[in-house]
Amino acid sequence: MFNRFRAAALGLGLLAASAAPALSQGTLRIGMTAADIPNTTGQPDQGFEGFRFTGYTIYDGLVNWDLSKADAIADIKPGLATEWTPVEGDATRWVFKLRQGVKFHDGSDFDADVVIWNLEKILNDKSPQFDPKQAAQARSRVPTLVGWKAIDKYTVELTTRIANSLFPYDMSYILYSSPANWEKQGKDWVKVALQPSGTGPFKVDRMVPRERLELSRFDGYWDKARVSKLDKVLLYPMPEAATRTAALLAGQVDWIEVPAPDAIPRLKQGGMSIVTNKYPHNWAYQPSMVEGSAWTDIRVRKAANLAVDRAGLNKLLGGLMIESKGVVYPGHPWFGSPSFDIKYDPEAAKKLLAEAGYSATKKPKIKIAISTSGSGQMLPLPMNEYVQENLNAVGFDCTFEVMEWNALVTFSFQPVTGEASAKAGTNGINISRATVDPYSAFMRLYHSGFVPPRGNNWGILKDPKLDELIDKAHASFDRAAQTKALADVHTYIVDQAYWVYIAHDLNPRAMSPKVKGFVQAQSWFQDLTTITMQ
Amino acid sequence: MLLYALRRLIYLVPVAFGVSLLVFALVHLAPGDPISAIVPPDAPKEVIDKLKEYYGFDKPLPVQYFRWLAVTLTGDLGTSIGTGRSVATEVGSAFGNTIILAISACLLAFSLALILGTAAAYAKTRIVDRLVTSIALVGVSVPHFWLAIVLVIIFSVENRWLPPMGLGPENATGWRLDWPHIQHMILPTIALSVIPLGVMTRTVRSTIKEILSMEFVTALQAKGMNDRQILIHVLKNAAPTCLAVMGLQAGNLIGGSILIETVFAWPGTGFLLNSAIFRRDLPILQGTTLVLAFFFMMLNLAVDIIQTTVDPRIKRG
Repeated sequence: MFNRFRAAALGLGLLAASAAPALSQGTLRIGMTAADIPNTTGQPDQGFEGFRFTGYTIYDGLVNWDLSKADAIADIKPGLATEWTPVEGDATRWVFKLRQGVKFHDGSDFDADVVIWNLEKILNDKSPQFDPKQAAQARSRVPTLVGWKAIDKYTVELTTRIANSLFPYDMSYILYSSPANWEKQGKDWVKVALQPSGTGPFKVDRMVPRERLELSRFDGYWDKARVSKLDKVLLYPMPEAATRTAALLAGQVDWIEVPAPDAIPRLKQGGMSIVTNKYPHNWAYQPSMVEGSAWTDIRVRKAANLAVDRAGLNKLLGGLMIESKGVVYPGHPWFGSPSFDIKYDPEAAKKLLAEAGYSATKKPKIKIAISTSGSGQMLPLPMNEYVQENLNAVGFDCTFEVMEWNALVTFSFQPVTGEASAKAGTNGINISRATVDPYSAFMRLYHSGFVPPRGNNWGILKDPKLDELIDKAHASFDRAAQTKALADVHTYIVDQAYWVYIAHDLNPRAMSPKVKGFVQAQSWFQDLTTITMQ
Repeated sequence: MLLYALRRLIYLVPVAFGVSLLVFALVHLAPGDPISAIVPPDAPKEVIDKLKEYYGFDKPLPVQYFRWLAVTLTGDLGTSIGTGRSVATEVGSAFGNTIILAISACLLAFSLALILGTAAAYAKTRIVDRLVTSIALVGVSVPHFWLAIVLVIIFSVENRWLPPMGLGPENATGWRLDWPHIQHMILPTIALSVIPLGVMTRTVRSTIKEILSMEFVTALQAKGMNDRQILIHVLKNAAPTCLAVMGLQAGNLIGGSILIETVFAWPGTGFLLNSAIFRRDLPILQGTTLVLAFFFMMLNLAVDIIQTTVDPRIKRG
């Protein structure tokens, strides 16, 4: 009897052993926040998480991001183009010299025809390879690109609508897929999504919709310094934070994106490391600047900025934020030297409101459109309630118009003078912004020419001096002069307290101690090629 | 019987039409714009307008409805605006995964409910009855998503006995009946079965208790039948009521597992709906909801037909 039991136990043991996943040392398993695998055909969807996992892993841009450093803001660097310069005497024309000898995962060559083919894919509705899904993702990234032509096999000329010194930043969002693979897949982008081919450091082995994406190292990657140390990367969609936490603690994945702040102590207790770093993210209130709005008075804007107890908010978030002092954080090359120090000073805030003519019986009424959740919104409900308490404590009358994330995004497509805002009675909006490049940090949000639907200047801020400063930055082709011009823009914006700056997210991710060699760049994107599994 | 089934099938046509209209209206009533969910927040208006035109969202709602209905009648549910894949394929694969989970949850819940409910009804001591009633009460009261998280903490996080998420082990595609896949099913099955277990246990208990108090049971006892023979008669009499509730519960399991599938990252219709809601993928939302509604209707029809077979006294007009 005992022997039979032992044999059965041994059998079960063998069965369990055979059922255990047979992972090699170099397989990294990641739990994403996305509910499905982001688009794999070239232009990822699902925001910057898409770019992070199915963009810069499978593909390259002409311009790539340098994600090798943790102690400096990530900047652009040569990718599939080795250099780029505006044509002398005509700053609207750019010449990009292409890298030679680059191969796609399917073995086909990368050259100027491929660049033109890919630009037609997203910008020319009449081209056979036009893909509305990729076009939807890409067009807004290159708002000034109007012309493209091949000069020779490894040179292309791109034309912009206006002189735009920041055009190379725009080009970092355009990724190049293989025309030969598109032909092979029957010219069907849906089939390409299942078997894509790019030039990036990882190739796609298998795509199981809604379940996982299997990537493996591309040994023929052109940048030998970035050939992946990992054998494989497995990406799992896990929209629920509790699921991601459990999967990491149970050893089913090695890395999770955005752990819930309240799960951090448990993750640490389980031996997981929480990796954070600064990155270009801004959680703020964008106020209405139209006539009649309380926000048009700089004293009110400064009072709101001084009313927020950011240290307390940081405590609420378990230390997962940076106290904001502007559009970008101190230490950023564009921070400049503003004289208005954004800090917690409720007495000064009360004084400013009194100077502006407000009192306990006459409070400045502010109503902010906020969301219940959403990409980059951190924990919008508790955070907003905290800020509301702070604002009301110094004499504001702060209320919210709460809506679901997608509804808030749609709401922001009309400016504050639009029907949606007028109906809701809002004079402020809380949408976190990625401030990755100068266009996304300043131009689209603060320039008077970028009121929705053209841009995201929702509050209709019109300041000719600021417009001039932003235009100057966009017209500065010398890199040092450009950085100085952007610092001037930021200094001016902070001194005018144009928004209520509250927090910068710290981009938290949790990972098992088995994950080695990861450098968390100050970016929305990350480099997986340096990682090894212990 | 055949005539009855055919008549019921014909009755389903106007119901199906109403369901399609309701599904379409509800999906379009929700705030938010489907295109805004698939483009970056700073996408220019001309891009949004072009996409609206491409997907037909620029047309008036009645036109959109009839175009969708026409496509649906051919069996093609359209194309997902989120992934570009066929909605029918997406829903088909997800539905299969949901059915697997629903069947296992039904088997667990209904068999346990039958045993517990019968035991409670026959219980000679109050303790057994109270115990079973408490289990049933807990089953209907405990939020199943909460229970799911608790199960994951106990069985996956604290003790790595069972996997916390996914359809199956790494490198496997689709579902297969083998131990590694069954391991992935155990926790979602338990979490999903608690509500039907509670509801069914109460139904079985009260129905059997009611039947046991009927005169024909006394007559059967007087005839000298033993308990086992009487139980068969009792169960036969309880079957129509229990079947009706079972049908509803099975339908709920298929349509109402969004939270469970999201917690366990189980790629079924609930997970698909969750993703479609966040991406405002209207074709997927409409297609999935319509398929689930149709399945619910067919399930009810099947239950009605089985009921008439089991109990010929049920006369249908």
